[in-house]
Amino acid sequence: MDALEIARWQFGITTVYHFMMVPLTIGLGLVVAIIQTLWYRTGKPEYLRMTKFWGKLFLINFIMGVATGIVQEFQFGMAWSEYSRFVGDVFGAPLALEALLAFFVESTFLGLWIFGWKQLKRGVHLACLWIAVIGSLFSAYFIIVANSWMQHPVGVEMIDGRPVMTDAWAVFTNNTALVAVPHTLFGALGVAGAFLLGIAWYHLWRRRHDGIDTVGKDGRLVPGSAAIPGRDKADYNVWIRSLRIGAVVAMISFAGTAITGDLQGKLMFEQQPMKMAAAEAACHDGTGFSVLSVGNIGGRSCDDVVAVIEVPGILSFLAKGDFTTEVKGVNSLIPEYQEKYGTHLPDNPLYGDRAGKEIQYVPVMEVTYWGFRMMIGFGGLAAFAALLALWVTRRGAVPQARWLMRLAVFGILAPFGANAAGWIFTEMGRQPFVVAPNPDMNGIDQVFMFTAAAVSPGVSAGEIMASLVVLTAIYAVLLVVEVRLLVKYVRGGVASAMPELAHAATDGAGAKDKDTKGDGGTPPSAGADDVLAFAY
Amino acid sequence: MELLPTIWFIAIAVLWTGYLFLEGFDLGVGMLMKLFARNDAERRVLLNTIGPVWDGNEVWLLTAGGATFAAFPLWYASLFSALYLPLLLVLVALIFRAVAFEYRGKVDSGRWRTGWDWAIALGSFFAAFGVGAALALTTTGLPLDANGDRDGGPFAWFNGYAVLGGLAVVAFALVHALAFLALKSDGEVRHRARGTFVRWVPLAALPMLAWSVAVQFISGKPWTWALTVLALCAAAAAWWLASKGREGRPFMALALFIAASAASVFGAAYPVVLPSTLDPAFDLTVANASSSDYTLGLMSVVAAFGLPLVIAYQAWTYWVFRRRVSVDVIPAAHGFLPAIAAKALAGADGSGADSTGKAGR
Ligand code: HDD
Ligand code: HEM
Ligand code: HEM
Repeated sequence: MDALEIARWQFGITTVYHFMMVPLTIGLGLVVAIIQTLWYRTGKPEYLRMTKFWGKLFLINFIMGVATGIVQEFQFGMAWSEYSRFVGDVFGAPLALEALLAFFVESTFLGLWIFGWKQLKRGVHLACLWIAVIGSLFSAYFIIVANSWMQHPVGVEMIDGRPVMTDAWAVFTNNTALVAVPHTLFGALGVAGAFLLGIAWYHLWRRRHDGIDTVGKDGRLVPGSAAIPGRDKADYNVWIRSLRIGAVVAMISFAGTAITGDLQGKLMFEQQPMKMAAAEAACHDGTGFSVLSVGNIGGRSCDDVVAVIEVPGILSFLAKGDFTTEVKGVNSLIPEYQEKYGTHLPDNPLYGDRAGKEIQYVPVMEVTYWGFRMMIGFGGLAAFAALLALWVTRRGAVPQARWLMRLAVFGILAPFGANAAGWIFTEMGRQPFVVAPNPDMNGIDQVFMFTAAAVSPGVSAGEIMASLVVLTAIYAVLLVVEVRLLVKYVRGGVASAMPELAHAATDGAGAKDKDTKGDGGTPPSAGADDVLAFAY
Repeated sequence: MELLPTIWFIAIAVLWTGYLFLEGFDLGVGMLMKLFARNDAERRVLLNTIGPVWDGNEVWLLTAGGATFAAFPLWYASLFSALYLPLLLVLVALIFRAVAFEYRGKVDSGRWRTGWDWAIALGSFFAAFGVGAALALTTTGLPLDANGDRDGGPFAWFNGYAVLGGLAVVAFALVHALAFLALKSDGEVRHRARGTFVRWVPLAALPMLAWSVAVQFISGKPWTWALTVLALCAAAAAWWLASKGREGRPFMALALFIAASAASVFGAAYPVVLPSTLDPAFDLTVANASSSDYTLGLMSVVAAFGLPLVIAYQAWTYWVFRRRVSVDVIPAAHGFLPAIAAKALAGADGSGADSTGKAGR
């Protein structure tokens, strides 16, 4: 592998990893803010418990998003210096604004939220969380503006061989970004929804399994309580509400991603027709959406790919909103691309060994084809499972079957998979361009950059390899640590985030009476060991 | 004169200064976890003095980097790619440090805590050292070719200035943290911090001053020489005030020290933002490395409204958490029993979570 390929692997691995933490941060942050608002308005103790429990998991995950995000910020300069020089005039601004207008807000107000349980008034404390959550929405917006400019450059003119920003409004209201932002945010909600659903299911199942809850003759659940910290009757409400919130959020998420994804498909048809063709692994023009294709999809010459199951008209619908528009296949697009952007890479030292080589305009179709289907499939699966879960638990009880519980827990992974697949599809479908040409704007269809020219010329393959190995190893270890901590805190139940519950129990103070009454005002037992108040 | 690029050069210098001033003490507190704190309670005092604010402080680094990208893409590209390995070290250090703050208290075990304590201490050290080295090199130069790319191997950047800059920031962070602890903690920690500060300030200020003087010899101007002298006076004032038993004023004197030092090196380098040691014709300057006036104008408008806002709400955070932290207010570390280990709690089985752990894994 040469420096370019290593740098691409590194960027892919580190961003996909970053994007495992990010959607959970965005989605769960929003959900916790809503739950805390419910607590603020109703004073019900189960909402306080939910806030603390889910808030704890949120924080364990949040920090990994921070730690991996810093890598992203530095990588453009370190590994992609030629890219940074080329696009800096327009691409740097959203990155800088993200830090200035979003990261500061997030980190500062989250610090206030974590440590301010006692120092701040309840309303102010809640507002801090909301401000932090809104900050993370802004951070998503700014970074996607940057990314969308690479998919669809707007608002620039070529001056001295570089795109120079001439219309900031166009850059910040790029139609590609305006649909990608809600699409990504809905995708993030899906992650949070499945997370709540799976974990709540596990606890409800566990309560039945341990004989705490029983099911009456009418099939309704009768909550019980055990002499264990946090496992009282109120605990049951925590989980059943979490389960329902999670299921609803997961379904909203899928509806949202489907609607916005359809809009993205229409833009992709206009802006990156080759990506559209590659998503279908379609050689020839057509109207049908392939559900299953077989053949040598990865071979890049797709003549032997056969669509086994195909739904006629759907591809046209995704692209254009009708059922008859012919969507161009790879074979018709290659000559068009060659005519517009050349058949061979320029003979320029920036292209290294690739200078003068023929340009491969077709992305790796195995990835685009399956990436697209995995995104939709995993998302749809999660939403369908959420619907079933709501139905099955309508009387308040989860079935005792262990395999169903396992399914619910492993189902947490599905929306993560959908998100990763979506990004991998988007980014790899853009190849061979790092900045894809914008075909529909007069004059600026010359603003594009081949990935082959983007890597840092002065940096050796060995250096990039060193960072690839080091970062991947660290990420692997930290993932294990994070997941184990999450598992530990999940198994600890609410008491893991509220040690005061445990104290009440061991003091013999009768945790259940104390908490079901709930004064709604100050946290119960505002003792010194409120963990969120003293996080470290 | 290049007005907007100059404004942005100043803005970036301000961002770096803000970073060194704010993250300076939390990097230092991180190192002091191993160098100063004597037991776990003290370590938790240290952590809780910076707990609510360290992440906000770190964003100053991201903003300085992002602003450099937006305002001087060529500077950003050349500096970051030339310093590939040292910046990788900074990244690794920052990753471990951030995760350690959050995860240290999440498992009640001595080994777990000790491991993360080392992550905090070493992470803080290498982050401070790496950032210092990078800043020193951007004022003294790197072997850059005509395209702005590093000439020579992965270590072509290495020289005495890198070490000097690294030491300067590490030493500054350490004493800055002591001044901060004297201000933010109480009891034993507070008194020891004040005493240690007085002892070490004279020595700790030296590498920073040496860096400043070195840059003055390369490209100093009268007014930047004056700033170097001002930095020297500020360090002396910090020492003198602290030895009189003051706490707030030495901290502010150090603020002046870091501001004057940073201004003296950036000012001396101006209008060059990143000198090439191969050929002055390859120097990156405010004129040839900057973005268009349009982009800079846009950024100026946003920054003019955004930066004061950031400063306001960060100041408010410090106000909210103004109470001193002492060993007395730190609760005992608490483990917790897994709610689902029903049998364990009932006493039938003492081995805790793992005995009933079939399902959740
Ligand atoms: C839970 C996650 C999730 C789900 C269920 C979906 N997506 Fe998606 N999709 C993403 C998560 C995602 C993503 C990770 O958020 C991407 C990557 C880049 C982006 O903007 O969003 C994405 C990108 C993306 C793109 C590429 C845009 C481009 O490259 O310009 C298209 C066309 C779609 N999606 C379409 C859909 C359709 C038609 C869906 C369903 C019916 C769908 N997505 C469900
Ligand atoms: C929104 C901000 C993002 C920006 C600015 C961005 C930018 C880039 C850049 C510069 C590259 C390297 C050049 C290339 O290979 O084309 C790249 C590649 C890649 N990115 Fe993104 N990316 C973003 C988000 C993401 C996310 C969130 C993911 C995944 C979760 C992702 C997945 C990938 C993958 C898999 C590659 C490798 C593709 C390949 O080299 O073939 N990206 N992206
Ligand atoms: C290559 C592209 C990306 C870069 C350069 C980047 C940069 C960063 C940085 C520097 C942080 C840490 C912030 C801190 O210290 O507080 C971070 C975290 C985060 N990023 Fe990314 N990011 C990228 C991709 C994305 C995408 C695609 C999204 C959203 C859709 C996103 C949203 C977030 C969020 C919500 C966090 C959570 C933690 C936080 O902001 O503090 N990022 N990112």
